[in-house]
Formats: sequence, C-alpha cells, structure tokens
Amino acid sequence: MIPVEDRSTSSPLIRPTPNGLFCELGGFYIDPWRKVDRALVTHGHSDHARYGMGAYLTAAAGVGVVRERVGLEASIEGLAFGERRRIGGVTVSFHPAGHLLGSAQIRIESRSEVWVVTGDYKTAPDRSCEAFEPVRCDTLITESTFGLPIYKWPPPEVVFRQINQWWQDNRTEGRTSILFAYALGKAQRVLCGLDASIGPIGVHGAVEKLNPHYRAAGRPLPVTLPAKAENRDVLRGKGIIIAPGSAQNTPWIRRFTPYSLGFASGWMAVRGKRRRRALDRGFVLSDHVDWSGIIETIRASGAQRVGVTHGYAQPLIRWLKEEQGIEAWEMPTRFTGDANDPGGEDNDPK
Amino acid sequence: MELDASNRTTAKLAALKRYFEDAPPADASWALYFLTGHRLKRVVKTGDLREWAADACGFPLWMVEECYNHVGDLAETLALLMNHTEASDRPDADLPLHQILELKILPLRGLPFPEQRQRMVQTWSSLNGDACFVFNKLITGGFRVGVSKALVNRALAELAGVEPAIMAHRLMGQWQPMAKNYHALFSEAQSGDDPARPFPFCLAYPLDEKPVESLGAVDLWQVEWKWDGIRAQLIKRGGKVLLWSRGEELVGDQFPEVVEAARDWPDEVVLDGELLAWAGDAPAPFAELQRRLGRKTIGPKLRREVPVVFMAYDLLERNRKDFRKASTCVRRAALEHYLVECGTSALRLSPLVTGCSWAEIAGARENARERRVEGLMLKKKDATYAAGRKKGEWWKWKVDPYTADAVLVYAQQGHGRRAGLYTDYTFSIWREGELVPFAKAYSGLSDKEIREVDRWIRQHTLESHGPVRIVQPELVFEIAFEGISRSKRHKSGIAVRFPRIHRWRRDKPVGQADRLETVLTLL
Repeated sequence: MIPVEDRSTSSPLIRPTPNGLFCELGGFYIDPWRKVDRALVTHGHSDHARYGMGAYLTAAAGVGVVRERVGLEASIEGLAFGERRRIGGVTVSFHPAGHLLGSAQIRIESRSEVWVVTGDYKTAPDRSCEAFEPVRCDTLITESTFGLPIYKWPPPEVVFRQINQWWQDNRTEGRTSILFAYALGKAQRVLCGLDASIGPIGVHGAVEKLNPHYRAAGRPLPVTLPAKAENRDVLRGKGIIIAPGSAQNTPWIRRFTPYSLGFASGWMAVRGKRRRRALDRGFVLSDHVDWSGIIETIRASGAQRVGVTHGYAQPLIRWLKEEQGIEAWEMPTRFTGDANDPGGEDNDPK
Repeated sequence: MELDASNRTTAKLAALKRYFEDAPPADASWALYFLTGHRLKRVVKTGDLREWAADACGFPLWMVEECYNHVGDLAETLALLMNHTEASDRPDADLPLHQILELKILPLRGLPFPEQRQRMVQTWSSLNGDACFVFNKLITGGFRVGVSKALVNRALAELAGVEPAIMAHRLMGQWQPMAKNYHALFSEAQSGDDPARPFPFCLAYPLDEKPVESLGAVDLWQVEWKWDGIRAQLIKRGGKVLLWSRGEELVGDQFPEVVEAARDWPDEVVLDGELLAWAGDAPAPFAELQRRLGRKTIGPKLRREVPVVFMAYDLLERNRKDFRKASTCVRRAALEHYLVECGTSALRLSPLVTGCSWAEIAGARENARERRVEGLMLKKKDATYAAGRKKGEWWKWKVDPYTADAVLVYAQQGHGRRAGLYTDYTFSIWREGELVPFAKAYSGLSDKEIREVDRWIRQHTLESHGPVRIVQPELVFEIAFEGISRSKRHKSGIAVRFPRIHRWRRDKPVGQADRLETVLTLL
C-alpha cells in the first residue's frame, strides 16, 4: 500500500476533470457540470448546482434553494454547518460562504492535509444570509470573479442609502423604480436593505419564487407584491420592483412606464459596463468578494497553496506568486479562457 | 456627475441647465470648455502617470496595465486604484473644478520631473473617487461624458433665451474658458460681433439606403461634387483672413497660399468650401493633403510639391450682410458673382453637376472615383444655410465603398462604452496560402453582433500577447473601405482608408476570403 503522504503529493486531493472538480479519495465531485453519481454542491446558482446528478450533498440551510434549481425529485441531503461527515477516505464539512442563503465553502480533510473549496463567497455583511467564516487549511481553492485591485466594494449600508434615495427621488417625480438584481441571492439581499416606508415593493416572478425559502429561514424580507398586471396601479409611479436583468428588454417592463432603470452588481463599479446597458443608475453591490477580501481570506486561511478559479485568475496568481511568495495556479473551469467574463450579457452578472 | 446618473436625453438636458444656472462662472466656463470637446495640451506623459500611480497605490506596473486592459479607461483605472489606498483624510474632496485646473493641473506644466511626480501623488491622495476620476480625465486629455455638443448648446441656448443657432455661433472658434467669456454668452452686446468667430457649419446627412428618387423632382436640388479634402470656412473681415476647419481649428498656417491670395480679393466675405491638394485639373489624393497637416509652417518645397486650392461652394456673408437666411439659389448666385471679381488660382468655384433626371445624376456619380471625389452633395434649392444638421436639406450621396472579404485574426478590447468587450479587430486576406493582416476595423457591427463575436473570441483564442488575442482564423467579414494605396509600412503592402465592417459573412468559409491579388486590382 502507498503511504498516504506519497499519495497526496503524487495526486492532489482535488483535481480538475472534464466533469468538474474531483476528489478521488472521497469519490465525489464538487459543483460538477456533467452528470455524475455523487455531487457536493456549494450553493444554488445554476452554474454550481446543476440538474441530473445521482445524489447531492449541500449545506442544510441551502437545501431549499438548491432543490429549486435541480428539481423536486432529486436526491438532496443537507449537512448542518460545521457537521463532519466521513465520505470514503476523507472527512467533509460545510462552512458559511456568505454568498447567498445556505451557500457554503467545502472543507475536505484527508489523513495528511486540509483543502477548502470556497465556491462563490463574500466577506461583506449581508442580512439575507449566514456570515462568511474563515476556515484554516493547507490548500485553498478560491474564486476570483472580481480578482483585480480596482474592485473595492463600498460599505453595503452606503449602497442601500443610495438605492433608497434613488427610489425616493423617482417616486417624487412619479416614476417607477425598476432595479435589476440576480434573482437568487442579490434580489433578497436588496429586499432586506429597502426602506419599506418609501412605498410599495414589487418583485418579478423569478424573484418571487425564491423568497419563501428566505422567509422560512427567518431572513428579514419586507412585504412584497407580485409585479403583475393586477398590481400595476399600486406599483406604477411610486413602487420599486426587483427583477432579474433578463427582464430589461421585455414587454413586461412597459406596463410600469414611466420608469427609471437601476442595476445592482459589482460590475457597475466600471463606467463602461454601466453605460453599455443603457441604465439610469448602477449600484455597486456584489455577492462576490472584492480584491482585498480575496487577499484577506487567503491570509486568514493560512494556506500556502492557492488554486484560483472563475474570473481574473492570472493577475491574482501572478500577484500571489511574485508579491506574496504563495504557490498559486489556475484551476480550470468548464469555460475556456474567460468566457464567463460577464462583460457579455448572457452571463447575468450576480 | 449628475449627468452620469441618467440615460435619458431630457434628464440630461435638465441636469445641464441646472448645472449652468447654479455653477459659479469660473467652474462653468471650464466645464463648458471640456463638454464641447476641447482638451488640454498634454501636461504629463501617460506612461509616467502609470508608473507614478503604480508606486502611489503599491501595485506593480503590470497590475496597473492588467487593470487598464479590463477597465478600458486610464483615468478611471487610476481613480479606482487610488481609492484603494485608504487615505483617511481627503482634504480636497470637494475642490471646485476651476481650482482643480488652476491649482492642481496647469501649474504642473514645465515643472521638473520629480516635482511633477510628487505633486501628482499628493493630489491623488487628497481627492475622493469622483473628483479623482475627473482630475485624471482632465490630465489625460479630454473629458467626454454622455452628452453631445449639440445638447450642451441647447441647454445654454434655453438658459440664455436665444435660438440654438445663435448660441452655437457664440461658442464657435477658439472659445477660452474664462468667467468673462462665460458671462458674454448670455449677453447680446458682448457676444455678437467678434469678427474672428466662424459661423456654425451646415452639415449633411448621408443618403445611405434611401432611394434618391424619394427626394422628389431633380430640379428641386442643387447637385455638386462631394470633395475629399478639409471642410473650411474662410473669413475675410477687417483686413484679416482666417481659415477655420470644421473642427474649429485655425488652419491658415498650413494653407498660406490661400490666405495670401484672399488678402487681394475685394470686400469682406465669409465663404464655405473645401481645402484640397490640387494636381493639374483634379484633386490630388488625400494623402498628399495630409503632408501639410500638423505642420507649423509650410516651406517652399511643400508649397511646390503640394499646391492647394480653396474650392468654394457657399457664400455666407458679404460686407457684413448675412446671407445665411437666403436660399441656396440666392447664395449660389452671390458666390458666382463674387468669384468673378476674384479670379485667382487658389480660389475655385465648385462646379454644379447637372442632369435632367436622377438617372443622369446617378450616372455622374459613377464617375466620382475617376474625378477623385467622394460622391455627390445634394442641396435643396430653397433651403437656408442651417446651423448643424437639418434633416431633408443637405444630403451626401457617397459613391459605394470598395469591399473585400477578410478573416478576423487578432482582437483587442475596446475603450469607454466598449471597455471589456473585444471590439477592435484586425483582418487578414490570403497571400500565397498565408493570411496577411490588411486592415483594422472598430465599427460596423450591431451591439448584438459585438457581444456574439466577443464571446466567440474568448472561446477561440489561440494565444494572448498582452491585451491582444490571436484567434482561430474562422470568421469572415466583408470590410468596406474608401481608398487604397501602396504602403511600405504595412505587411500586406497596401493601406486602406476608413476601413469598417460592412457585414458578417457567416455564409463564407475562411478559404473563400479574398486574396491580395484580387484586392490589388482596385489600385
């Protein structure tokens, strides 16, 4: 039998495969994108929780939203945050990632080392989900959607003040406020930050569908109305409506004219991206970690080896190697190059 | 920054009016200066800026470059990076615009390097995000926000209670950003009569796909050649002769023959026309004219080698009598009448193109290339001389461009509104079984196509060299261009003028893109 130490150096605990990140010792995949028997899922966004896996394991707090994505008949098991579970030759546990309700980092411990896969995460405060918890490890696989130092998020309370002020101003001028936000996570975070005394709050059907999971978890969502024809007169000219970005060029939106269009996304930090979408306002609010959050997370983890996935991997890798003396490499994702750069609009920026 | 907060024209107009009404004239005059497209002459080199900024924010230069490639705007990149440095107290956070300019930017000019650097770093740490962005924008040149010059003009005109054309006139020429000039915009007495100030140019719309027959009877129109030179207004008033380009630059120094000749012409006059390099009895190629541009003085050699003429096509004023409200016919008669009295070789009358039917006119247009003109100008006979573009009165009917099918080989991200999207392309054509780059193009695709090509590029990159991606030679586009000439500087041996994407040839495989030999036959 090969000593455990040797095995861990000859073959990494987690490695990229055509199906997704694979842990051979445990015989499972993390956020796989092709059909496999056993999937550990970090959170309910569709590029992480995909349909058709044999069995799913995710954080107990996230089972509801994951089921929303992968179907009622899917076999999904939930594990409480921090609870340890032996799978094959490793022990796994889920730890809050602060990305959205029930989002988790996955910690995997073998006899010789500890790896953590962050999934998507953020370190900024968010009342709509569990707060991010740093986890110590030897090797960290981190996302880097916003892995450039130009991205530094303003404090969320400042952004919510801007959103409420914009809503108030629109109401004064008799315009509906339509705020685009990713339907799962961002939308509920925004809802928690709205000042309901300004006016009625409407939600698009895609957002509506997910809200019950948040309410059931005791998250402080305000009272909302479905943004449908029957509520048109209540909402038009005075309400705010939270909708996914894909609703921007649809007939649905016309029933609320006159309106002002806003978008809540980390990409709004850059003027060009804001202007290209023909919006009235861009609010810098991201459910991903910013540059200094990534650096701080890596530091707090104590990891000496860092795999980088999603987004601007190369600058971060070079920075870690040259400026911090940390071993770093790119963990390829399903996409070639940076095809998932949400500069293109098909990738609804989260 | 209020302008950035809306995407609607009416809201922008209201914001502009509010700004100009409330802002102190010292600030408003500078804002107006930049909003109308003026820029400062370079104070510091952008290369130096990047290095200093990298140092100031504690990142290596390569990281600043990475960020710049992503953001697509240097001023914004530096502002975003500077905000990173957690300066706790930002004393100059609310510095008014004119003070940013007069205290922070203009004094840098001519200072020794180390001191420039030290002052820049100090300024960066003293400004907050928006002010820092504006500061960087101003120091790197221009400052364009999403408002057109026409909109700024309209806002000022409405505030002053005058016609936009009158405000446009008050703003013409080299308007200087000073409080007193700003005040003058709103007072009739001080603004009307600067003899050096040009009139706003009357501009034409492209006829494009519109059938020429839809313009009505051919005899309602005055038809001229569309010259391929520099549009200019010649002002002879009070013994002085000034030549203004369409970009409101004084270009008299580059065309001294015209200025000298005009001194001997009778009366005071304002003419509209085209500066052209001339060879025998036809215009010389535009490349010849270019040899004169950007020079401070024109020596005897260039005068001999590139003779120039002023091709007059309109008369706007004679002896201080304003002809702009007169019809095209009346102005044409006045122009012909005036030119009879001048008769120098540096001044020519743009001839009329005549025909009894649109078919005959279209026939004349077919000869445009041989005559080295761009096509035809159609001017409505009963139209006045408008300020700017007015639909339905002046049309430009250009000759169809040359086209070639070429293969997308390199791509780079765009700037400004197109930042983060691959929009700057290099195209190749075949030469002996190899693809050679032949043109760069930045425009011509719809926003939807741009996004599609952008995604394709990201998924079909073979190699990246800094910001440039080499992609699989697979996509074929029809490239349109206006002119073609031999060039030693280009790998393909040819240079094309105004290349742009005509359409995406999804139907064409790479092998069917054009060959260099075919394109050379256009020469």
